[in-house]
Amino acid sequence: MQPIVPEITRESVTNLINEGKRADGRKLDQYREISLETGVIKKAEGSARVKIGNTQIMIGVKSQIGDPFPDTPNVGVFMTNSELLPMAAPNFEPGPPDERSVELSRVTDRGIREGKIIDLKKLALIPGKKVWMIFIDMHILDYDGNLLDAAALGAMAALMDAKIPTATVKDDEVVVDHENMQPLPLNEKTVMCTLAKIGNNLVLDPSLEEEGIMRARISIGVRSDGAICSMQKGGERPFEKEEILKAIDMAQEKTKELFEYLPKA
Amino acid sequence: MILVEDKDIVVPGEVLAEGEYYAGRGTFKDETKVCSALVGLVAIRDNKISVLPLQSKYIPKRGDVVIGKITEVRFSMWNVDINSPYSGILPASDVFGREKRDMNKAFDVGDILFMRVVDVDEVKKVKLGLKGRGLGKFRGGLLVEITPTKVPRLIGKKGSMINMIKDHTKCEVVVGQNGLVWVKGKPEMERVVENVIKTIEAEAHTSGLTDRVRDMLNQLLGNEEDKEEEEQYEEELIQ
Repeated sequence: MQPIVPEITRESVTNLINEGKRADGRKLDQYREISLETGVIKKAEGSARVKIGNTQIMIGVKSQIGDPFPDTPNVGVFMTNSELLPMAAPNFEPGPPDERSVELSRVTDRGIREGKIIDLKKLALIPGKKVWMIFIDMHILDYDGNLLDAAALGAMAALMDAKIPTATVKDDEVVVDHENMQPLPLNEKTVMCTLAKIGNNLVLDPSLEEEGIMRARISIGVRSDGAICSMQKGGERPFEKEEILKAIDMAQEKTKELFEYLPKA
Repeated sequence: MILVEDKDIVVPGEVLAEGEYYAGRGTFKDETKVCSALVGLVAIRDNKISVLPLQSKYIPKRGDVVIGKITEVRFSMWNVDINSPYSGILPASDVFGREKRDMNKAFDVGDILFMRVVDVDEVKKVKLGLKGRGLGKFRGGLLVEITPTKVPRLIGKKGSMINMIKDHTKCEVVVGQNGLVWVKGKPEMERVVENVIKTIEAEAHTSGLTDRVRDMLNQLLGNEEDKEEEEQYEEELIQ
């Protein structure tokens, strides 16, 4: 259930944005304070904790040897999951993943998959039989708007932090060497930029309050070479063509800032 | 034997005193020891030790005035979110009297109302009413939320703090006991008041706050006042 936003708050925030200001004093195209730490979970192959304002997500990457999918026998497998912890917000409930959780993990997954971020071919061990399976698990610790950007940034950082054991094939058997760890084979980097439409303006990095009153939102995943690798629209109202083009320009510009937060490699 | 001083910050389980002391609010007794039950500031009065919480949730009390948000329109009443673990109800009869009219036209979901708590029963069902001066629906303005324990501090001794804010900013300010504050005035003044209220909330446990808030108001408004004076001066010249 979406919390009800008081009518007068909707008015005051919209009026402010029409004047080019925001309730928390930011510019329309400004992120809240971002912090990113990696290697925070010892038991995981890779991990990251990302904060955008008060939104906080903990991300872990695990690896495991398993069977490939029958239709893609020669590439590794990776899966993304997210968990909206009840402590993160009053309207997050325990139980099976709901719409928001599924959207979050699918959009994050899409950016990494379609951007060809992980070199999945290198994760195949015995074609058709054994491959590396990579799991990205995201736990939302605190929710104050804009989970998508935080999740994409954190997932990318966790993948860059990940070190998996060396596996070799000997007589059709996979031998795993836990002593020698090696980084995950990555091709590229990706982050995501979310813009909300409030009144007739596009605002970057919507806060919880702003998400409550926005008419629509658009999230754009961009690779470090500038290619767009994922896109997601949310909210009830439509976007105009010009607005989407403007959003893409803004995303291209602002993702450059986000890449700065990722560990240098 | 007393182990803490007045206005010390304590944590749950901390031993405050041993022996001949009474356990007041926010404390419990473990044999002869008085311990804190929450995070807060110690208040000692004679032999009674209590702890005032730094943060709290609003517990409805009869006679309080609160600011609430309509969450649901039902057949003969409205459900109201009063920023508390317990939700309130506003009976239709309280608004229309005997005849019943279109409920949605009176108040709709998302409206903000200023109400009085008429009754709280054993199961904490909160009945609200609109009878009284100034009670009713708010139009325009801005909502600010603070933790309910800081409400007395925001109002100040006999309203000293709140009146000072009103005088300086020329804004209407209405404070609900449940920690919601409604502000209406010039848009830029509303934001000044919001900042001031947030500062008061953050520094409520420190002393000499009223003076600091006055300085802050003067600093924030300094330029504006000068401008107004200039304008008046110019007007006089024209006349």
